[in-house]
Amino acid sequence: MEEGQKYHAIKVDEEKCFGCTHCMKACPTEAIRIVNGVASIRPERCVDCGNCLRACPAKAFYVEQDDLQNIFDYNYRIALFPSVLIGQFPEKYSEDQIYQAILKLGFTHIYEVEQPIRWLSEEIKKKTGRNREHPVISSFCPAVVRLIQSKYPSLAENITPLKAPHDLAANFAIEELKAKGANEGEIGIFYISPCSAKMAAVNQPLGEKKSVVNGTINMKDLYNRIMKIILKDKTEDFSPLRKNLSRDGILWSLPRGESRQFKSRAMSIDGIHNVVKFLERLENEEIAGLDYLELKSCSQGCAGGILLTGNRFLTSERLQKRALRYPSASKTEVPDVGKTIVQKKLQADKIEAKSIFVLHEDRVKALDRMQKAGKILCQLPGIDCGACGAPNCHALAEDMVQGNAKMTDCIFLQKRYIKENKLSVEKGFKSLEKVWGQKRFDADCNKKGGRNEGF
Amino acid sequence: MELVFEIEGGDFTSAGNASSKIKKVLKQLNIDSKTIKRIVIAVYEAEVNIVAHAKKGILKASIGSHFIEVKLTDKGPGIEDVEKAMEAGFSTASKQVREMGFGAGMGLPNIKKNVDELDIISEMGKGTLVKFKNYF
Ligand SMILES: Nc1ncnc2c1ncn2[C@@H]1O[C@H](COP(=O)(O)OP(=O)(O)O)[C@@H](O)[C@H]1O
Ligand code: SF4
Ligand code: SF4
Ligand SMILES: [Mg+2]
Repeated sequence: MEEGQKYHAIKVDEEKCFGCTHCMKACPTEAIRIVNGVASIRPERCVDCGNCLRACPAKAFYVEQDDLQNIFDYNYRIALFPSVLIGQFPEKYSEDQIYQAILKLGFTHIYEVEQPIRWLSEEIKKKTGRNREHPVISSFCPAVVRLIQSKYPSLAENITPLKAPHDLAANFAIEELKAKGANEGEIGIFYISPCSAKMAAVNQPLGEKKSVVNGTINMKDLYNRIMKIILKDKTEDFSPLRKNLSRDGILWSLPRGESRQFKSRAMSIDGIHNVVKFLERLENEEIAGLDYLELKSCSQGCAGGILLTGNRFLTSERLQKRALRYPSASKTEVPDVGKTIVQKKLQADKIEAKSIFVLHEDRVKALDRMQKAGKILCQLPGIDCGACGAPNCHALAEDMVQGNAKMTDCIFLQKRYIKENKLSVEKGFKSLEKVWGQKRFDADCNKKGGRNEGF
Repeated sequence: MELVFEIEGGDFTSAGNASSKIKKVLKQLNIDSKTIKRIVIAVYEAEVNIVAHAKKGILKASIGSHFIEVKLTDKGPGIEDVEKAMEAGFSTASKQVREMGFGAGMGLPNIKKNVDELDIISEMGKGTLVKFKNYF
């Protein structure tokens, strides 16, 4: 990866993608264009929310991951997973059976991410004073953090300069193992991620230089591996491994999981399009008197993460039932192994704004481009058909003034130019081929798309 | 560049449309976010005032390379005593409007606080012109 380039865990398989435009329409930052017949992600705009993957009928998006074999580079092989992992398994599998299967895959230790959660909520509360002018915004969901950085730069300073629960558990695990005599170099921490956003955040952390996590594992992949080896009979009792897990921890990644900790006015919003609408209002200062704002990119929070298997509502239901079996965080006795060290390590750098929607660094030039885009927009049909390879007419006009598209990319304008003898049929066709690829115009009875898949 | 918006009195659902659109434009022009915030707050409050107090109005924003000028003209009752209306907490908002969460009497003071130049001309029974300018 080049210096300064944004890392993304989400990728397009160009063999599978056929440029159906579904992803392009679903992306909250207009990061996708169709080029040569396939979806292409603009790295500076993507926030790794995974909406494109959800929208794709061809399963052409995939999430990069580390090889599971990498764990064997370490003597202490820690599986670090968020509680939602447990929630997706059918109820007939017990927590212990799942734990046993994970150990069978080669891990030596298991830590659920949301523990000891009180150490984190104490830190959050310290940063959330009452009667502040602006609410503190949770740093939990990296897709939201990146969205704010790029689209709502004025709100970047409201994000809590604190790391996420996976850093909490990772540092806690390291302290516990060190106390038992382990050498830090022998400890390999592998985070089993529910989403592309968390993966990107581990590979290119926000608010710190380097993550404590040594590798990321795709939760979907792990789920399939567990299902292959999970035993249906009785197992050992692994509950000691969960002694620091609390009700509050289990609920943390679900909607209201964070805000329920606050007695003051705290709100929770899930689903990135809902988050966008809310941030818009918050930025206009239309919302007052809020102390804490929990924003999660996925509907139903991490239970709706793109690397989870199964239905988000069922996962959430199972987690809520599970949470009832655990004591609340205030009643769990956590041994004080390195509490001060861990809390110190949770402090993150301030999140910097990185505005990405400017038309030009120079204001005069930007204004000029904007006026040009406005004039171009008068010529475009305004039906947002996507046949140009851009998500809507406005986006195409902006691409044009930035030198990334041309008038003839619009199929309506093309027809007009041909009729007015300003463009040859041949040239018009060539221009479509550039967006859609050469073979796109051959008849093909096996192609996907256009088949009422929604019915 | 000029942006024009129509504002309907009583239509609280669309209060905020103009300020959101103007905000988007200013972001694309690479204007510093603190300056944007000031402008957006002023535009929003002025929009809400037409919705809450007048019958209908028009907002025109002219954006140059170094400034934005916003003019809101409305048909409405007018403001009896502009100086008084500018006082923090002064409001003639109806109970109904207050129940919707508006009418704290902070709109005009907030506008004043966030703009570089402000002019209010009002004629009782006819309407109000609110004009302000911010420099980038
Ligand atoms: N466009 C307007 N037309 C008529 N009256 C207005 C207008 N804008 C403000 N006012 C008057 O000025 C008062 C103070 O305005 P403002 O400070 O925005 O407080 P609020 O809108 O909360 O009442 C209003 O209550 C109203 O009487
Ligand atoms: S991950 Fe989200 S932001 Fe990135 S391209 Fe996909 S939909 Fe757009
Ligand atoms: S809500 Fe959770 S699963 Fe979804 S993107 Fe954010 S961190 Fe990932
Ligand atoms: Mg007002």
